[in-house]
Amino acid sequence: MYSKVTELWVGIFVAAAVAALFMLAMQVSNLSLAGSDEGYTVTARFDDVAGLNVRAPVRLAGVRIGRITSIEVDSTRFQAVVKMHIQSPYDNLPEDTTAAILTEGLLGAKYIGLDPGGSLENLGEGSEIIITQSSISLEKLIGQLFVNLTGGSD
Amino acid sequence: MDNKDDILVKIRGMSFGYAGRQIFDNVDLDIRRGQITAIMGPSGTGKTTLLRLIGGQLKPTAGTIEVDGLNVPTLSHRELYKLRKRMGMLFQSGALLSDLNVYENVAFPLREHTDLPEPMLRDLVLMKLNAVGLRGARGLMPSELSGGMARRVALARAIALDPTMIMYDEPFTGQDPISMGVLVKLIDDLNKALGISSIIVSHDVAETASIADYVYLVSGGKVVEHGTPDTLGHSGSEWTRQFLDGLPDGPVPFHYPASDYREDLLSGGES
Amino acid sequence: MTDFIRSLGRRFLNSIQRLGRGNLFLMQILRGLPSMVLRPRLVVQQIYAVGVMSLTIIIVSAAFTGMVLGLQLFNTLQGFGAEQSIGSVTALTLVRELGPVLTAIFFAGLAGTSLTAEIGLMKATEQLSGMEMMAVDPVHRVVAPRFAAAWVSVPLLALIFSAVAILGGYFVSVGLLGLDTSVYWGQMQAYVDWGDDVVNGIIKSIVFGFVCAWIAVYEGFDATPTSEGVSRATIRTVVHSSLSVLALDFIMTSLMFGD
Repeated sequence: MYSKVTELWVGIFVAAAVAALFMLAMQVSNLSLAGSDEGYTVTARFDDVAGLNVRAPVRLAGVRIGRITSIEVDSTRFQAVVKMHIQSPYDNLPEDTTAAILTEGLLGAKYIGLDPGGSLENLGEGSEIIITQSSISLEKLIGQLFVNLTGGSD
Repeated sequence: MDNKDDILVKIRGMSFGYAGRQIFDNVDLDIRRGQITAIMGPSGTGKTTLLRLIGGQLKPTAGTIEVDGLNVPTLSHRELYKLRKRMGMLFQSGALLSDLNVYENVAFPLREHTDLPEPMLRDLVLMKLNAVGLRGARGLMPSELSGGMARRVALARAIALDPTMIMYDEPFTGQDPISMGVLVKLIDDLNKALGISSIIVSHDVAETASIADYVYLVSGGKVVEHGTPDTLGHSGSEWTRQFLDGLPDGPVPFHYPASDYREDLLSGGES
Repeated sequence: MTDFIRSLGRRFLNSIQRLGRGNLFLMQILRGLPSMVLRPRLVVQQIYAVGVMSLTIIIVSAAFTGMVLGLQLFNTLQGFGAEQSIGSVTALTLVRELGPVLTAIFFAGLAGTSLTAEIGLMKATEQLSGMEMMAVDPVHRVVAPRFAAAWVSVPLLALIFSAVAILGGYFVSVGLLGLDTSVYWGQMQAYVDWGDDVVNGIIKSIVFGFVCAWIAVYEGFDATPTSEGVSRATIRTVVHSSLSVLALDFIMTSLMFGD
């Protein structure tokens, strides 16, 4: 039978769902950061981006300041072109900032770490980061280590 | 009294079959205004189906069914629903909405079809309930009602919209003598007092014949005989005699059609 | 052999026929939906019956799903020294897959069957026929509000499921296993995208809600009006809903997330 209690419960139900949606938006997903449509996009070329994903964080001094929006291949230079979106409060990065692909912990996810330089000019929309350092491939490192070790024993 | 307008429901050459079974074959039937017409016949002859055909829930394979000049099978959805507001139907089970109490059940058609203010609606519902003697039972749920009471509530609901006709589907089946008597009286009263045309489908010969103005006997998909209860009572037809007097054997055999009894027993199950 | 092929053919034709009837029925329901705006009470009443009544089981099962996820992921990821990613993995699994899918399957088993049984019994007890004879279209009066309520309830329940399960995962990984709070949420925010993950998950649950609602009311309306018929119809509701949800989930996942 229809009653005020029914209405009340349906109201609570809907409110709970709205609260859940709010939590998914603000606490769980990046919508809270996405107010950062303001900001600018810069590109960087890497020889090797193995393990790096779209949406991986861009960090400055370990603090997240943006994210990777796309990873493509430049078919003339055979390099990976990474586009990253940097949020607007950080629009004073020097032009000679360097980018490196780093790993969280020994085997964790890859991210891009920025290291500011000393130029007076700043990076802006569409600028390119010239100096980059590719992923450190653990396999290659170990391989080289073996070569060095065996070479040394001769 | 014999002019054309006198006939409320006019069925001509109507045939109906379902799943390869012929249920009606070229039936002609008239229901007169303001009268109680009984349709009687053995179980399984499609009497309930006939009511559903008149109500437009089923469509005949041939023929016409005119209610108040409208040919039911050809009506559009909207026209059919408009017509149904003028028809009441009493189902064998009562068909009360099980999640609503007695009061709300009777109020249901009024709420659906009118915008009456609540006090007026309440008066109407109580009047209808009073007519069937169940004003005091308004707060009960359908599951708390006896079969006879459920049918009376359903009757109150059927007359809620003041219909021109009411169709009763086996109103007396499975009732104790007292509630049967109550229902017989109610149907008769509603017909006499409100002038509602009534169609009763039944195989309870005595009760039905006591109030019917006209009787159709239906069997094997055809109208076998029709007339006033009196004339039928003196009918010479053997079949009519068997049905009205309830004889176990006659033109309607005791046995369902089967192969020879002796052969069947001797065949040892190899059928 | 011919018998077998013939029965195969008959079954195929039957299912095509059922599908056709189901679609016609859906058209009827959809035509009845606009009138629901004028009578919101009918829908609110049904949201109470199907949505609110499923709330407890959804919340409880969500909490446990989240806690189990947290526990399992923590142990597995710890082996790779990647237990920091627990937040993102939990949230992604829930928001994209488990939230919509589990909610829809729970809903089909719980509210879907009750809708089927209710409508089937109303049919068996001639209540639907009776309504028709009172010039009230049962598809509009009985089926449409139930369909609308079920369709609305599933996405709402799925949202609640995901949120509660994420909190359950938080409780286990942060509260019991000692992961850092900011790592749990931070990882999540870094990897869960509003548009790609959350919105796609919501779209999934809207589709699942539609399908579950449709199957539940159709099976009820199409049930053979006997007690056996109704019981078979409820079984069909669970089986068809669950299979449809899983199949649709696969299709939608490959469309949405298959780069």
